[in-house]
Amino acid sequence: MTGDRVQEKTPVPVLSLRGVSKNFGGVHALVDVDLDVREREVLAVVGDNGAGKSTLAGVLAGAYRPDAGEVRLDGAPVVLDPPATARALGIATVFQDLALMDDLDVVENLFLGHETRRGPLLDEVAMERRAWALLDQLAATVPSVREPVRTLSGGQRQVVAVARALLGSPRVVVLDEPTASLGVRQTAEVLNLVVRLRERGHAVVLISHQAADLQAVADRILVLRLGQVHDVFTGDTSYEDLLAAMTGAVRPGTRRGGSRKAVAP
Amino acid sequence: MSAVVTEDRQPFGGGGPSRLVDRVRGAHLSMLPALGALALVWLVLGVIDPAFLSAENLVNLTLQSAPVGVIALGVVMVLLVGQIDLSVGSLSGLAAAVVAVGTVNLGWPVAVSILAAIAVGVVVGLGYGLLSARLGVPSFVFTLGGLLLLAGVQMRVLGPAGSINLPFESWLVRTVQQGFLPPVVAWCLVVVVVAGSATLHLADRFRRLQADLQAPSLGSIAARTGVLAVVLVGTVAYLGTARGVGYSVVLFVWLVVVADVLLRRTRWGRSVRAVGSDRRAARLAGVAVNRTVISCFAACSGLAALGGVLAAGRLAAANQGTGGTDTYLTAIAAAVIGGTSIFGGRGGAWSALVGVLVLQSIANGLTLLDLDLATQQMVTGTVLVLAIVVDTFVRRRRET
Repeated sequence: MTGDRVQEKTPVPVLSLRGVSKNFGGVHALVDVDLDVREREVLAVVGDNGAGKSTLAGVLAGAYRPDAGEVRLDGAPVVLDPPATARALGIATVFQDLALMDDLDVVENLFLGHETRRGPLLDEVAMERRAWALLDQLAATVPSVREPVRTLSGGQRQVVAVARALLGSPRVVVLDEPTASLGVRQTAEVLNLVVRLRERGHAVVLISHQAADLQAVADRILVLRLGQVHDVFTGDTSYEDLLAAMTGAVRPGTRRGGSRKAVAP
Repeated sequence: MSAVVTEDRQPFGGGGPSRLVDRVRGAHLSMLPALGALALVWLVLGVIDPAFLSAENLVNLTLQSAPVGVIALGVVMVLLVGQIDLSVGSLSGLAAAVVAVGTVNLGWPVAVSILAAIAVGVVVGLGYGLLSARLGVPSFVFTLGGLLLLAGVQMRVLGPAGSINLPFESWLVRTVQQGFLPPVVAWCLVVVVVAGSATLHLADRFRRLQADLQAPSLGSIAARTGVLAVVLVGTVAYLGTARGVGYSVVLFVWLVVVADVLLRRTRWGRSVRAVGSDRRAARLAGVAVNRTVISCFAACSGLAALGGVLAAGRLAAANQGTGGTDTYLTAIAAAVIGGTSIFGGRGGAWSALVGVLVLQSIANGLTLLDLDLATQQMVTGTVLVLAIVVDTFVRRRRET
């Protein structure tokens, strides 16, 4: 596998999958998937619809338990499900639909399940203050943290979801299709956000089918096809090559040289 | 960075008058239609028959509202978590029967009978919660089954007579039926509550200012305290010209305040609204969804049982009609009319109080006007439909 050669020159991955498979009834959503992601690295996962991207996100989030294979954290095998466990282990996932609660305001969404308390009651002041600090770090333009998130724009909701993921100071942030429903400007904002996450030292898994967006921020690009890891490319691989790999128009052996070289983290 | 933060926040933190109005409106938007409806109902009934607004009648109104209000408070909790309980009426009837049989037939102390009745309620609620959380059975279906089942059990418990009278000297009857706060105690309570509320608001403002956060202005705190003082002083003074404020009413309002604090200020309350808003998202966020749902069903059934106990105390009897059809319809309608959404996630404890006052005012007023049951039901039904239309309208407008 191509990934092995990349691995040799880089530190131990924070998170690894080895031979992970997941079936839904007769459907093989993931087949024997290997994956590594390191600190200060953006690993993009691309693939066409039905390639297994969202299943992969579900496995990393602890929403699905793999039928076979192993998940390793710093080289040691771990079990991620249920989602609370994954979070406790430092893997935070932002789902495609964001999984925000529309009736709750920004602060309530951010701290849900991990509220700060003062005696038996919630400490709204501390939470509100921390929420502002976090949103400012992400350079977010949210008008008020006391409005229901229902009233926010798509990009603002995305930022809130990412901010929530960052609250537990996770080591790995998984973003599932963060730009799927966004406009051009909001997409650029989210990609900036991804860069900032890398600068902060997080390992980022960025799942998308919009290969063009990923080239700007990805250090490595893993191509999923029909549930299998088709290949791993460097971040500067051309759009045509990625598209070919995603759709299967070109076989791996005929790919142009240069796209396999190792990348410094 | 922090300088930028302050600047960004200033337009909101400044708290100009219009912004303040928006904030107040935003926080209490769901209550406004109900308060408006209450004012309208009182105005219309007061004009048609001034006797409606007499102190004596309003004392009756509060006493009538307390039992079903306690049940409605429980309904608020299951609605908030996105479920429903149609069996609260039957359960309150069963609880009334348990109290009557316990004290009269079995000779238990009243307190033991009451605890037994509430325990029955909590056990039923735990069962509902397990059915809903573990098996995913729709609550509409199993509580409809529970409605019939519990009504049957109620009849069996009451036995062939079908009706048991509680002795008038029982402290339950004396407290609920004839127990009123002594005026001195009532006025002390008013002072304590108003001063306490003002102190808490000022302390909160101080902390927020210290943390450099948007804080309510002194004017708005004064306004809120003023409104609270006027309402409490008015209530105690006016009802005091008749019998006064009943113990059961105090219990009801106290339960509403406790539930309000639990729902808005604790981790549990937040998870209730989160689960009601989006169950899957709440689970992904790490909320213990099953435990939250089960606790809401248990609280609802426990409160329904307590409502039944109060009803038995007020009537000094338990019969097959206790907790009949109109009880659960009134309780659920009161919660919805008060502004708690049937879609889950939106609403609060106070909606039980306001909603039940609206419905009981209509029932009380129409009885006073000598209108028959048919008219009462048509009016109540219309109000309920209006309330649900408003609820749906608010929800749809928020989504677009």
